[in-house]
Amino acid sequence: MKAKGKVFRYQDNVDTDVIIPARHLNTSDPKELASHCMEDIDKDFIKNVKNGDIIVADKNFGCGSSREHAPIAIKASGISCVIATTFARIFYRNAINIGLPIMECEEAVKGTEQGDELEVDFDTGLIRNLTKGTTFNAQPFPEFMQKIIAADGLINYIKTK
Amino acid sequence: MGMTMTQKILAAHTGLENVVPGQLIEADLDLVLGNDITTPVAVTEFTKTGVNKVFDKSKVAIVPDHFTPNKDIKAAEQCKLVREFACKMEVENYFEIGQMGIEHCLIPEKGLAVPGDLIIGADSHTCTYGALGAFSTGVGSTDMAAGMATGKAWFKVPAALKFVLKGKPQGWVSGKDVILHIIGMIGVDGALYKSMEFMGEGLINLSMDDRFTMANMAIEAGAKNGIFMVDERTIEYVKEHSTRSYKVYEPDSDAVYEKEYVIDLSTIRPTVAFPHLPDNTRTIDEVGDVSIDQVVIGSCTNGRMEDLRVTAKILKGKKVKKGIRCIVFPGTQNIYLQAVKEGLVTDIVEAGAVFSTPTCGPCLGGHMGILAKGERAVSTTNRNFVGRMGHVESEVYLASPAVAAASALTGKITDPDDI
Ligand code: SF4
Repeated sequence: MKAKGKVFRYQDNVDTDVIIPARHLNTSDPKELASHCMEDIDKDFIKNVKNGDIIVADKNFGCGSSREHAPIAIKASGISCVIATTFARIFYRNAINIGLPIMECEEAVKGTEQGDELEVDFDTGLIRNLTKGTTFNAQPFPEFMQKIIAADGLINYIKTK
Repeated sequence: MGMTMTQKILAAHTGLENVVPGQLIEADLDLVLGNDITTPVAVTEFTKTGVNKVFDKSKVAIVPDHFTPNKDIKAAEQCKLVREFACKMEVENYFEIGQMGIEHCLIPEKGLAVPGDLIIGADSHTCTYGALGAFSTGVGSTDMAAGMATGKAWFKVPAALKFVLKGKPQGWVSGKDVILHIIGMIGVDGALYKSMEFMGEGLINLSMDDRFTMANMAIEAGAKNGIFMVDERTIEYVKEHSTRSYKVYEPDSDAVYEKEYVIDLSTIRPTVAFPHLPDNTRTIDEVGDVSIDQVVIGSCTNGRMEDLRVTAKILKGKKVKKGIRCIVFPGTQNIYLQAVKEGLVTDIVEAGAVFSTPTCGPCLGGHMGILAKGERAVSTTNRNFVGRMGHVESEVYLASPAVAAASALTGKITDPDDI
């Protein structure tokens, strides 16, 4: 599986409150959640994001509450993958479980700027920065996690088994 | 490369010879746990899988403990849903009012966690069973649903921090003071993603109750799990409570730890965490004059026999200070009964404190002792976040049962040595 898209670049400690503010948690509809995604730190995000685009951030992405709404909003906005130096633990689990691919790769994060074009291969862990002509190696997903992502989340994955 | 205790348990449950930090694995589960708040969400997700039975009726545990005995109609409805699910799935370890307790006191007592186990629970303090040399960690409701359906969960193998304990705690110092001291030292994200592994010659000077308290609060340092080396005390506890076979994992001599801390237990003083984070700690000597309105003694952190014994010892023959509310809540029905038999409940009630049924109640600001605006509590629980026990402008000071009981007598945070 591969992803390809333009980069939205963020810094350290992007918390679940800015990914999807608590005031919008009265719904669990992915499209509606997506319409408010990142609005508190980047109000143009939702205007500019296109299917396949990629979020790249520094340390501790997704810290704060354990709401599954956060990865759901990102995924429904069209983002194909999040690459960060580190993720908060529960966000990491929740993202995989709802079928949002995420990767930890400090070098790729350091070598990427807003607007760069990236290509990510989940099978090999290869991240290519097409704008800069550089490549980075993240740990590839093991087979069962690729299957979870391909099935669009853990629950669907179990259903297909 | 050598493995830590945690890494060995994960490898064994994945059928792999070796695992390394950062590796993603899918492991077999020995127990999947949920409570009355997280199970309803998990039931919805479980239903979506189309699977119509749980993977193993003896390996799922459901404990309605947070808002029970039902605090209101909404709680009653959540519990009803959970009860019906447990009944339909023939979950063997569903514990109704009368048998239940606070989940993390109950599971070890019922012998459902033994050394070498791999356990997930949809509750962040599931890390408590690390005291028994098991790997146990908190997850979300989707994980619980998937765990119930398949008996498996995926993990990222954690790196580890090593805590070498030596010496013997002095005076009133207990496991609570040790773990508050450690969290104060490394911070609330000091162990993010990692295992905290406890070992060393000082271990034998910590009771099982001390160890449960310490493992319980590993999450307050951001850890994925806390785990203790198994010794004769652990084995004695396990034999007393469980008939299951167990397996002891020790770290390899060349196991890799990112950092090693040597903790001399004899130098630790009674420790208090000030609002609003568990790492905001001061020793009792540095506390100063802090007046309080309420004292809460109990929870999955400090609701066990030793906690009640020390509480009764301090309160016996004395009176809770006028105007102070002191609420004591035991961890389980067995602990409750034992406290009655030992006469502890008499000492506690005669001192003017209340003795409640086992429930999470006040710990999460649920019921049975909520704080009003501007009020302060000394509590033996594990979190002192903004608004945790009531109004957003209330304050929680975390301490040991000894400090909490002493404070109930004086109306301010007090060194038990001064009583
Ligand atoms: S006693 Fe408190 S911390 Fe423990 S499980 Fe209950 S609510 Fe959570």
